[in-house]
Amino acid sequence: MSVDTKIAFDQDYIKSFSEKRQEPKWMESLRLKALEKSENLPMPKPDKTKIDKWNFTSFKHDVPADAISSLDDLPKDVRELVAKDQQSGNLLVHRNSTPVFHQLSEELKEQGVIFTDIQTALQEHGDLVEKYFMKDVMKVDENRLTAVHAALLNGGTFLYVPRNVEVDVPVQALYWQEDPEAGLFNHVIIVAEDNSSVTYVENYLSYGNDEESVANIIAEVHVGQNARVTFGSVDNFSKGVTTYVNRRANVARDGKVDWALAQMNDGNTVSTNTTHLIGDGSNADSKTVTIGRGDQKQNFTNQIIHHGKNSEGMLLVHGVQKDSASAIFNGVTKIEHGAAKSNGEQTQRVLMMNEKARGDANPILLIDEDDVMAGHAASVGKVDPIQLYYLQSRGISRHEAERLIIHGFLAPVINELPIEGVRKRAVEVTEGKVN
Amino acid sequence: MAASTLKIENLHVSIEGKEILKGLNLEINGGEIHAVMGPNGTGKSTLASAIMGHPKYEITEGSVFLDNEDVLEMEVDERAKAGLFLAMQYPSEVSGVTNADFLRSAINARREEGDEISLMKFIKKLDKKMAELDMGEEFAQRYLNEGFSGGEKKRNEILQLMMLEPKIAVLDEIDSGLDIDALKVVSKGVNAMRSDDFGCLIITHYQRLLNYITPDKVHVMMQGRIVKSGGAELAQRLESEGYDWIKQELGIKDETVGQEA
Repeated sequence: MSVDTKIAFDQDYIKSFSEKRQEPKWMESLRLKALEKSENLPMPKPDKTKIDKWNFTSFKHDVPADAISSLDDLPKDVRELVAKDQQSGNLLVHRNSTPVFHQLSEELKEQGVIFTDIQTALQEHGDLVEKYFMKDVMKVDENRLTAVHAALLNGGTFLYVPRNVEVDVPVQALYWQEDPEAGLFNHVIIVAEDNSSVTYVENYLSYGNDEESVANIIAEVHVGQNARVTFGSVDNFSKGVTTYVNRRANVARDGKVDWALAQMNDGNTVSTNTTHLIGDGSNADSKTVTIGRGDQKQNFTNQIIHHGKNSEGMLLVHGVQKDSASAIFNGVTKIEHGAAKSNGEQTQRVLMMNEKARGDANPILLIDEDDVMAGHAASVGKVDPIQLYYLQSRGISRHEAERLIIHGFLAPVINELPIEGVRKRAVEVTEGKVN
Repeated sequence: MAASTLKIENLHVSIEGKEILKGLNLEINGGEIHAVMGPNGTGKSTLASAIMGHPKYEITEGSVFLDNEDVLEMEVDERAKAGLFLAMQYPSEVSGVTNADFLRSAINARREEGDEISLMKFIKKLDKKMAELDMGEEFAQRYLNEGFSGGEKKRNEILQLMMLEPKIAVLDEIDSGLDIDALKVVSKGVNAMRSDDFGCLIITHYQRLLNYITPDKVHVMMQGRIVKSGGAELAQRLESEGYDWIKQELGIKDETVGQEA
């Protein structure tokens, strides 16, 4: 038996949804075309993970949410996601995919920085959004889910940093799914023009147990010449949420992107993080941590594709698998012909806490150029009983010893998360998943 | 705190089906320092591991009691909380966990919830003990044993001993791989622990360590048993004459385990 993967929305629904959001015509027609295409496109085929029985169709699409007047209106645990030093900073809060709170400093506004929700961006900066929306970085018709994403887009963020502007305080977007059945079709666009720099951090959060829903997320990052983007994320969707997430960047000459992704969902997840190093001397550093628990199934593909000469890519993935969780980790380093003097390194480490947990790390090097450096390391192993014995011999309980080992295993990535509040949050989420 | 007693009776221990300890008896009281000596392969380290509860060692017979508590019925962490400590010959490395965080967890594991050691008090104690062991401040923030040299690991074991203040400690070849300066530092740490409330079992190949830590009792192990016991002078005789005279005295041809004469 295979589950029906056709979504239950028609052209009329999409049309009126787009009109209600006062979107430009191009967006409406893009949505309609995407809906049409979605009917014939194949589902994505993540390597070694069967997703044909996962829920991609059961969710609520348009869930109303009230705006909040201050952060004090947020529930405590949501408010705590906003770092102390960030509470007066640049912040965007979504509630059930609806933007409910927004602040951006006058200083950044004066410098021409745009940081707003995607709906407002489409209304106020339609031409600019059109220039970047699923054009060069992602395509609408990559598969059924990318097309469904475009058709049903209901949330997201647009961040634009003009040439030579260095944003030295992080900007943060919080996507809070208050209703566990609310579907999230979130689209993030980051444009860092030449010689600019910015740090963007996002938190995804949902509550609930078995209530079914879908998160279909795309982040497109454009890194201009000599620009630098740091992208941090803590994903924390609940058990019933099926997540399909693509985070992708194109990097121009001498540009750099740093990814720090804490992927702490409790539901089935397919995640792809891709960087195209287009320009000569471009650079990508991608760090991912995850903990799988329960009977969760996950598939992570982290890839860096070198096109430019002297480009440099580093991939680091640390995953812990508990209970009977299983996960596939595909690390892909691809060096295209002509990308001479490039350097691509990857490390994937998977730690399994018990017999039933499964983890599979696949290092993939695809090299079409002679004059390059490339290396990989992958290890998959069970927690070392002698290590547990050592910690326990000092009076630490087995549970606490496992907790220490997991935190320690994930520390090299968590310590690199760009905002202290997010780092703390990642530790807390880890804590929640370990206990 | 009253002095404790560790009482080992008729202990038989196997590893992977092979019997290593064959009926060992030993009693250590608070205030005493015992040394167990003997050639390689006689079961000295097996004794240490069995007392602490190493997962690979199987106790087939006998008993170990700490005061009135049955040690062999306890989980490894319960043994530690009851007051046992083992300075290991090969301490594990734990990446991502700092020495300081680890030690604090270990101290707090012994205390009731709500009665955790204050950060100030902990740091003060840690600084003091590290200074006594000539350990640089950076050791507090380094990951547990990761990338430590052999000597650094041994010092770190003694640091843990001093921080955790057990009732009975077993030091398994704490002297191996140490140069003379490190040996003096480690000995200083152990001697600082000496009190009526602290009992210690030192397992060693070499008499050298006992020049710095004078034992109250010395035991010789062969073929998985203690075959001779005496005072500090026994260690000196072993240093100058070796083990042959004992073998002759007892009619032992091969001292190692599992190859009975």
